Amino acid sequence: MKITLKVWRQARNASTGAMQSYQLNDVSAEMSFLEMLDMLNEQLTSQGQEPVAFDHDCREGICGMCGVVINGAPHGRYSSPVATTTCQLHMRNFHDGDVIEVEPWRAGAFPIIKDLVVDRSAFDRIIEAGGYISVNTGSAPEAHSTPAPKLQADRAFDAATCIGCGACVAACPNGSGMLFTSAKVTHLANLPQGQPERRRRVKAMIAAHDDNGFGGCQNIGECASVCPKQIPLASIGQLNRDLIAALFHADGRNS
Amino acid sequence: MAVTKEKPQSVDPAAAFFTPGSDIHDTKAPAGPIEKKWPARQFTAKLVNPANRRKLTVIIVGTGLAGGAAAATLGEAGYNVENFCYQDSPRRAHSIAAQGGINAAKNYRNDNDSVYRLFYDTVKGGDYRARETNVYRLAEVSGNIIDQCVAQGVPFAREYGGLLDTRSFGGVQVQRTFYARGQTGQQLLIGAYQALERQVNAGTVKMHTRHEMVELIVHDGRARGIITRDMVTGEIEPWYADAVVLATGGYGNVFFLSTNAMGCNVTATWRAHRKGAYFANPCFTQIHPTCIPVHGDTQSKLTLMSESLRNDGRIWVPKRAEDCTKDPRQIPESDRDYYLERIYPAFGNLVPRDIASRQAKNMCDEGRGVGPLVTEVTQDGTTQQRRRGVYLDFAEAIGRLGRKAVEAKYGNLFDMYQQITGENPYETPMRIYPAVHYTMGGLWVDYDLESSIPGLYVCGEANFSDHGANRLGASALMQGLADGYFVLPNTINDYLSGGPFEKMSDSTPEVAAALGEAKGRVERLLSVQGSRSVDSFHKELGAIMWEYCGMERTAEGLQIAIGKIRQLREDYWNDVLVTGVNEDFNQALERAGRVADFMELAELMCIDALNRRESCGGHFRRESQTEDGEALRNDDEFAYVAAWEFTGDGQKPILHKEPLVYEFIELKQRSYK
Repeated sequence: MKITLKVWRQARNASTGAMQSYQLNDVSAEMSFLEMLDMLNEQLTSQGQEPVAFDHDCREGICGMCGVVINGAPHGRYSSPVATTTCQLHMRNFHDGDVIEVEPWRAGAFPIIKDLVVDRSAFDRIIEAGGYISVNTGSAPEAHSTPAPKLQADRAFDAATCIGCGACVAACPNGSGMLFTSAKVTHLANLPQGQPERRRRVKAMIAAHDDNGFGGCQNIGECASVCPKQIPLASIGQLNRDLIAALFHADGRNS
Repeated sequence: MAVTKEKPQSVDPAAAFFTPGSDIHDTKAPAGPIEKKWPARQFTAKLVNPANRRKLTVIIVGTGLAGGAAAATLGEAGYNVENFCYQDSPRRAHSIAAQGGINAAKNYRNDNDSVYRLFYDTVKGGDYRARETNVYRLAEVSGNIIDQCVAQGVPFAREYGGLLDTRSFGGVQVQRTFYARGQTGQQLLIGAYQALERQVNAGTVKMHTRHEMVELIVHDGRARGIITRDMVTGEIEPWYADAVVLATGGYGNVFFLSTNAMGCNVTATWRAHRKGAYFANPCFTQIHPTCIPVHGDTQSKLTLMSESLRNDGRIWVPKRAEDCTKDPRQIPESDRDYYLERIYPAFGNLVPRDIASRQAKNMCDEGRGVGPLVTEVTQDGTTQQRRRGVYLDFAEAIGRLGRKAVEAKYGNLFDMYQQITGENPYETPMRIYPAVHYTMGGLWVDYDLESSIPGLYVCGEANFSDHGANRLGASALMQGLADGYFVLPNTINDYLSGGPFEKMSDSTPEVAAALGEAKGRVERLLSVQGSRSVDSFHKELGAIMWEYCGMERTAEGLQIAIGKIRQLREDYWNDVLVTGVNEDFNQALERAGRVADFMELAELMCIDALNRRESCGGHFRRESQTEDGEALRNDDEFAYVAAWEFTGDGQKPILHKEPLVYEFIELKQRSYK
């Protein structure tokens, strides 16, 4: 099929970008969206032009490295019948003659590096602030010494499947990273091992979230609707409950 | 297809491609009973006083299970750690894609499992080409891994009583595989990543993302640092340390199409190899039988589906080639060939990975494959069209268990299949085909995980050590974490106790030389300005490797491959087109450097495969098979690790053999009939 692509081109962070149109004549329905971009890049290379920069790695929907806004929706969510990452979106969801707009994540906390590539290191800094259980290698007790109820363990797992792609931030009108942050808070809060640092963790992570330029959460829900791993919006409720509870206790990020 | 007759052994065609060298031995594993070796080594290894650790710097390249775990653990110990990865975050390393699970000898199932049994299964599964001492230790620490991960908050599957669930995996007879749905690798990696970020917060680990190692610095015979390219600015700069750890994964992408992530590459280990680190058993690659087939020429990578599917799915092809284009549901039972059940009545669809893969290839070679036609270049240079797929059919399982039960067991895999292929596997059989998945070969290391360059340590898939000629399912995660959490942190101190070493600076001759080499390569790649893209060369290299050094190898084919690779490499340096400049985010340039190294590795893989005139594990030589077509090992001649030494561009490598001595396990020929 024939596809017209309108792609955001921006040489580097400091330069101004613009949408540019490209024509692809030989796209097959079996190709993934990123293979279609590969095809564009081969075409550009053969014409001596610079290929479009985009992040990607595993191409199995699990590493979280890929992610672009397709026709206004992160990961092309509105072109796909199921929740998906960009790499798992396939061209059979598009039609001959379609015009597809491709843009980078746009959020204050994710500065553009080049074309469709953004800097998501702010996510690492949120985890760094407290998204872990403090246990040194070698000091762990026997695995069965602490049973974890299955229901909570499953809930923890549902939140732990977050891949840190940043679609939630890109979808949010406020550029908030609350779904990402709450996924980690919910994961660890539902496990017995996560209890000792529970209050400290939520305060520290929220502080890092705000310090790194993410916007506030207004429970709009765009984040959960585009999330490729379907992290439930209820995770943010869990975070808020934990935060309020934590505010009445002294253990916090500076304690 | 013509069957090559076995050539007389007196003229070994491999001899023309290498120089024989002296035997090597691991000198670090203590003598004595196997269960006493690791405690003895831990006791004899020299220690570093906690107050002195912060004066010592360790560079770790890679942030997967091995690298991330090692960086976190060495950070906790108080060393000054510099950690590098090419991705934008340490959480993206390709360990994340592992689905099935992680083995551990906990014996929670009360089913006769033990450290010794895990050790035995791993050596046997590796077709007796792994080092006993390393494998025993791996089994020994496997239980600690589970403890550690649970304490970190890894959400393993649990029973209603709140304790951990396990399942069986990969043909072994005990249930020792711990799992987190179909995302075990992801959850273990996130656990290691969180431990790592905790150390970043503590200031013991400095994280350098979007940095690619492009050269190793060796000074005074010791690994003393690396050169990296900043993938955003293009800056090429040196980093110094008292020891260097490579945890950079495998090199399956030499085949272009594999289940590896797009960025997985051999550059770090190959650069170290060129600086003196021996490369061991490079031809040992694992081809995984249950992957989604290639859809066409624009395919960029392959997706694996957990082999647990083979527990209930039945594999078949039509008996007659003319049925291959029919709707499979219209083909009656009597016209189907359930070839694994036919050839291997005892194990049926659950034969080991290498056998399932090779038989799928045989069926397609016979013209009985299914799915779209794929254009291929054959060994005689003509092009042909073949269907590369076999059916994996769940109709019988759905009839027996009901659709609901099948959905509960395999639902996420079925969804993934449908998303990629657009076909509904509940209604029509899946199509699968083997794909390159894992590389057992890697840099040679001793019991301490130290390479042949003092101060250079290698962990995880990047080293060669534990899986022999074939890796069992759910063992890669175990090895990565064993190396990173428990082995390296107990051995590297023995070396670091000799430090801090002499201070390095940009004017140290070896640093200036390494910087010059790295910059020179980039300039060379950019200056060719030929007519072909990097990807087009990579695809061509992959096609050569898949055809001649894939599931079945012959002396004749491997020699052809070496000629083709040499020609392709020459073409590459004369005709590659790399757009853009160095001082920029330039993905074409990144790939160009990696493909250049793959081209060199590819030749060594073929030489290694040519030298190994036996079939073992994932390495099948057509000349070495039993009368009924099964792999035939040759323990008299090849019970050794082939460790290759680099001698210069265009020079023959030197082969060092490490004889494999089996003190505790008796060598047997595998049989699955």
